Amino acid sequence: MQGAEPAQTVLRLDKITKRFGALTANDAVSFDLKKGEVIALLGENGAGKTTLMNILFGQYTADAGQVELFGQPLPPGNPRAALDGGVGMVHQHFTLADNMTVWENIVLGTQGLWQGRLDRATARARITDLSERFHLAVDVDAKVGRLTVGERQRVEILKALYREARILILDEPTAVLTPQEADDLFATLRQAVAAGLSVIFISHKLHEVMAISHRVVILRHGRLVAERLIGDTNPQELAALMVGAEVSAPDVALATPGKVLMALDNVSSPDQGAAPGLDGVTLALRAGQITGLAGVSGNGQAALSDLIGGLITPAAGEFTLHDAAPPAWSPRAAVAGGVARIPEDRHKTGTIADFDLTENAILEQYNSPAFARRGWMNWPAARRFTQGIIERYDVRCPGPSTRIRLLSGGNMQKLILGRVLEGAPDIILANQPVRGLDIGAVNYVHSQLLAARDRGAAVLLISEDLDEVMRLSDVIHVISEGRLSPGFDRGTMQPAELGQWMAGHGFEGAEHAS
Amino acid sequence: MRLEPLANPTLLRRTAPPVLALVMTVVIASTLAMVAGGDPMAVLGLILQGAAGSKFALLETLNRATPLIFTGLAVAVAFRAKLWNIGAEAQLYAGAVITVVLGTGALQWPAFALIPTLAVLSMLAGALVLLIPALLKTRLGVDEVVTTLLFNFIFLLFVSMLLEGPLKDPMGMGWPKSARLIPEARLPRIIDGLRLHWGFGLALISALIVWLIQARSTLGYEMRAVGLNAEAARFAGIPVTRVILKTALLSGGLAALAGFSEVSGLKGSLTLDLSPDFGYTGIIVAMLALLHPMGVVVAAIFVAGIFVGADSMSRAIGVPSYLADIMLATALLLMVLAILFTRFRVKRD
Repeated sequence: MQGAEPAQTVLRLDKITKRFGALTANDAVSFDLKKGEVIALLGENGAGKTTLMNILFGQYTADAGQVELFGQPLPPGNPRAALDGGVGMVHQHFTLADNMTVWENIVLGTQGLWQGRLDRATARARITDLSERFHLAVDVDAKVGRLTVGERQRVEILKALYREARILILDEPTAVLTPQEADDLFATLRQAVAAGLSVIFISHKLHEVMAISHRVVILRHGRLVAERLIGDTNPQELAALMVGAEVSAPDVALATPGKVLMALDNVSSPDQGAAPGLDGVTLALRAGQITGLAGVSGNGQAALSDLIGGLITPAAGEFTLHDAAPPAWSPRAAVAGGVARIPEDRHKTGTIADFDLTENAILEQYNSPAFARRGWMNWPAARRFTQGIIERYDVRCPGPSTRIRLLSGGNMQKLILGRVLEGAPDIILANQPVRGLDIGAVNYVHSQLLAARDRGAAVLLISEDLDEVMRLSDVIHVISEGRLSPGFDRGTMQPAELGQWMAGHGFEGAEHAS
Repeated sequence: MRLEPLANPTLLRRTAPPVLALVMTVVIASTLAMVAGGDPMAVLGLILQGAAGSKFALLETLNRATPLIFTGLAVAVAFRAKLWNIGAEAQLYAGAVITVVLGTGALQWPAFALIPTLAVLSMLAGALVLLIPALLKTRLGVDEVVTTLLFNFIFLLFVSMLLEGPLKDPMGMGWPKSARLIPEARLPRIIDGLRLHWGFGLALISALIVWLIQARSTLGYEMRAVGLNAEAARFAGIPVTRVILKTALLSGGLAALAGFSEVSGLKGSLTLDLSPDFGYTGIIVAMLALLHPMGVVVAAIFVAGIFVGADSMSRAIGVPSYLADIMLATALLLMVLAILFTRFRVKRD
């Protein structure tokens, strides 16, 4: 897709520098974007991608450097100017009103206050026209609350196009999509580019970057470390550039599954607010095996994780731990029953931010005889335990009395790993264990899970990242609206097929079974 | 613009708020004293002299600080677990009522048995008074700020009813006042001939015990965990509801000791003016102490000193003793403000 004629430069970033205290988030970053080009902005978490885009969008003011839009310098710190200049941003988390229709959402904010009535017909016609031109299929009269995540994203893109965006910034757009929806998005982007738009695509998924972009800009520790044309590079090189070292995905050997350690038989649980509960779920977790749970977020993963973690009890069906119904199921019973729990949100549920490492490390067993006697804490023992975790799990920190708030996500997760894995548990619940971690920490977490599997633990890996599930799991189930698909053995399942299940097809008695 | 907590406040930043608040309070109080027609240096000097200028003044200040240490501890313990106990006033009176009911002759025991029994049963009564709002909170989600606050008025009317009825002293010439405690029920004085009684000693011991509980016991660990992040505590297996109820028992019990110690150590009988808002002032004490049990002792003595000193100053030169209330309110507001500026930083987006 490399155009032969010299294309117009629509956006130029010139030596953008931004510091937050001692941290340099962006260090003299320069690149330009041509008309009809897709640039992928690649980098680990904390590499400075979001900061850079926030500067471009006027939400931050750069300490040094300049942004030029269509040859004109962009006044710093003014989101309005960026919008008017034709920059449209689609955030990872959508900013739509659920109770309004698609077209109302799109028009919202574009009408002046003094304008009494919306020119409904004109607005709708323009939106319909845009949606046809860019293949953004969506019912303009539907309420946004009823749309799927993929459709909502299309509405966000339409919103940007309606405001005459000529540069689209997409912040990790595929994080919430099924593979099919992601393919649709790519088709739309190609359409948009053909129509003369330019796109900045933020991601850390290499195959997507390879699939959609013309050029890749790689950030590491705030610096632009490399720029590659997609034809001149490959995923291995990009990964190496991104982390600054050759990385290897864990070499996953085949598992030798043992007996069933935990089983759910036709288990149901009540809905949790907007998210569905479990609907007749049957699942067996076997020793020496990683069971992967794929699915779009909000389809019952939370209910399953809460059930296994001891936070809820089944409303119907049978739940057995080590071949017996567990007595009075609770978080404490789960820990006592040998269930290691890595929670989905390490900041909100996994740790207490203002507790130090020691207090966090013993959170699940502070009243065990090792740390407490007759109601009094044995802090020296707790500190020794924590010191052991810090050493064995390579937690980078000033010491056991550091408040955990000060640790990076990766080190926080390592402490949680140490906390739950120290007692050699035989069932491990890992809910989004690598979300938001950099590649080094991701590999560390994965290797720990594999090591636990190899010593005979049953691991349940819940993740929205299909790559992760497919790479690690020996058996994969898909969850959709609280229902669980049958298990598929490693290697027998193609992403497209899993995507079908993730979209809700294939379940018995499903409404939209095809 | 928004505020974000500083990652790791230095020792200076952590100790600065009380000092800054104190300095600014003195500045503002001086200005007000001038407006009221007094010489600010003289006013402040007289307050200081009245609070600590003589052995008598100092002991009076410690006497006044005693109930404030108990109510301050009660509030600090509860607030640490994010249980907003505004009802120390009611719990204080619950302790006082029990002391009077059992200490005026119902139990004819020797002092070494009677005094501890009265203290323990007072604590139990105060604990039960706070247990009701705590149960309403954990079972039904009723806001304890509202229930504990309103309970103060209900309980005060209840005490008033008792003092006009069953507890009324037949020899009291019609005043709403209880009979006097028997001598065996009176807390002895620490030094013969001076008004300071063993309630103050009990308050110091209580502060020490509360500090030990918070720092060293599993209950203290649970209380801090629940207060800082109840969701994570629940996930980890800490019985959040039970911890809140235990906190309520401890907090109510501590507040009740204030009532016990005032009746048994100082007044000898119960009247409706037993507590000049010791329960509410306990909130100020706890906040000034940043909820630290040892800080409560210091803050209570400081607050008591201002009250005692201002009374004495007012008698001497006629600047109204309301200056004390203003100084306390100012100190609290400035403390909150100082915390804001030393522990947080303003971030511009």
